[in-house]
Amino acid sequence: MTQDFVQELGQELGEELGMEDAAAAMVASQPLLQVNELTKHFPLGKGLFGRSAGVVRAVDGVSFEVRAGETLGIVGESGCGKSTTARLLVDLIRPDSGQIILDGQQVGPEMSVREMRRRMQMVFQDSYASLNPRLTMEDAIAFGPMVNGAPRQQALALAHDLLFKVGLEPRRFAGRYPHELSGGQRQRVNIARALAFSPKIVILDEAVSALDKSVEAQVLNLLEDLKGELGLTYIFISHDLNVVRHMSDRVMVMYLGQVVEIGPVESLYGNAAHPYTRALLAAMPSMDPDRRTMEAPLAGDPPNPINPPSGCRFHTRCRFAAPVCSAQQPPPQILRDAGHLTACHAHVPGSGHPGLESAA
Amino acid sequence: MSTPLVDINNLHVRFHGQRTVHAVNGVNLTLAPGETLGVLGESGSGKSVTLKTLLRLLPENRTQIAGDVRVSGVDVMALSGKALANHRGGVVSMIFQDPMLALDPVYTIGEQISEGVMRHEGASSREAYARALEMLTRVRIPSPERRLKAYPHEMSGGMRQRAMIALALACKPKLLLADEPTTALDATVQIQILLLLRELQRELGMGMIFVTHDIGVAVEVSDRVAVMYAGQVVETGSVRDILRSPQHPYTRGLLAANLHGAQKGQRLQAIPGAPPPLDTAPVTCSFAPRCPVKAAGCDAGPPPNVTLAPGREVRCIHALGEAQGSAAN
Repeated sequence: MTQDFVQELGQELGEELGMEDAAAAMVASQPLLQVNELTKHFPLGKGLFGRSAGVVRAVDGVSFEVRAGETLGIVGESGCGKSTTARLLVDLIRPDSGQIILDGQQVGPEMSVREMRRRMQMVFQDSYASLNPRLTMEDAIAFGPMVNGAPRQQALALAHDLLFKVGLEPRRFAGRYPHELSGGQRQRVNIARALAFSPKIVILDEAVSALDKSVEAQVLNLLEDLKGELGLTYIFISHDLNVVRHMSDRVMVMYLGQVVEIGPVESLYGNAAHPYTRALLAAMPSMDPDRRTMEAPLAGDPPNPINPPSGCRFHTRCRFAAPVCSAQQPPPQILRDAGHLTACHAHVPGSGHPGLESAA
Repeated sequence: MSTPLVDINNLHVRFHGQRTVHAVNGVNLTLAPGETLGVLGESGSGKSVTLKTLLRLLPENRTQIAGDVRVSGVDVMALSGKALANHRGGVVSMIFQDPMLALDPVYTIGEQISEGVMRHEGASSREAYARALEMLTRVRIPSPERRLKAYPHEMSGGMRQRAMIALALACKPKLLLADEPTTALDATVQIQILLLLRELQRELGMGMIFVTHDIGVAVEVSDRVAVMYAGQVVETGSVRDILRSPQHPYTRGLLAANLHGAQKGQRLQAIPGAPPPLDTAPVTCSFAPRCPVKAAGCDAGPPPNVTLAPGREVRCIHALGEAQGSAAN
């Protein structure tokens, strides 16, 4: 609905103001990336007598938007669907349902996957597995542009530029193979390769998690520099809450395939609304030897995303759980300001939940 | 002064193979009974190798070990045969990062724990199973009777880690070696395991050496911390001292890179470069090429190991002035 309206508005403006102004007006009014009700269920193999053994609800109705120039952090534990969401975004896995709208055009009907991938690139956690062991660094970076029609000489020149940009001296590194580089250097090459199409959005899926702390800081600085220099937008996925806090403008918290809270970074870290977000923050190791953690905020492991709990998926581990929590799925609720949303019955007036303070 | 539980003196470990790696280059560590030492370092700093030396787990034909390693006064390097088997699991026990690899997939948890108890204490099968049940209860595995008969693959990651801890502690060792046991776990599970280890360590009165690359984790469990770099201990001290007044430039860099309290939009104070390759034994300060406060003397020879206070040592030329300053005061 809104999307159509914005597009119509854009077209009208286009007639009045000329195309460039209209494009500018649209950029200002719409998010760069909009994701609506994205869903992916993985069926498990057929059981005995052809009965389905169940489905993994990896991503279940995830909606969010990313504004141009911002960094959206995505956090959550293993099995929460953060990596599946990233793979769905770049069509490495085809979603069961839901819309992905990039630059105002829906991927699929209005924008080809190939075009979408030119604008949205991804960097993975395993820097070694994501490089072809038989390609030198310059060939690895030039491969994409060449497949898309760039002449070899031009693609190689671009590769050298990009190597320089990510802090690797082209003369030393262009001819090397992946096994001749350290983990941090390989991840720099992966970043350079992602930038070869001049994308608008780069999805960083645990891109620094495998690196040692001192090297991680170097790569984070590089990412910040590139963002400023090239006007990039990041989707930054990590389990490290310190890193996400440092990198992100807004943060989205996922639990068992659903978004439980999304908001501006300081609002979310300083004033978390969802009991799961609070638990996640409380589970961070204390950096003060005189104030060590005395009690674990949650007991047990995250439940299996196969047949997840009914209603609010967190109710089995939540100490504020009320009867309504297992009966109904909580709707996204706006808190304080419009940018901070959470899906928790305790924040919905009249939901039947007594609220977080009284339940404690 | 009583005998320290662990006393490592000038330990050198070198691996031979296609290329030589000088993994540990002169490590000195001591641990008092009932104390927890956190060993902090990045990959390749020699922290796991040091731990494995205490159990003699390194492949003998490709490893050259020099130095003195004692646990409760017993020379670990001289152990062999039955004495070594008694040492492993009976006196010193170890838990690993990946419980799926550490546990045997074809035996139930109950069988694995009771086997060790029967071997070390000569207990009957019935007694050993009773101990296994007691241990599973102690590490707070829900419905422990049922889990005795479970295979590792039937348990979740956090539960497997608890089972491995139960296995390691079943024979009441004096020393527990923990090699990044929470690194692969989710945040909310990691803190549960850390609290459990802290509690068990206190209850059983055992010493613990906890290897990690995460400063936050080290703070949660340790009394003292040793920071390792390129096969050497560059700084030791109480957790408080290391956190509040780190002396070695590497420790400072590591703390800054941890991002705790880093301001958004501010550049991180990253340590430039990468650790040295360790093909040759270090003759000067290994950190000098990356050091922001490198001085002329840093390339002249090995850095002095400066003792600032009892149990507070820094391997850095700049600490000399610090030590003289505090001595003058």
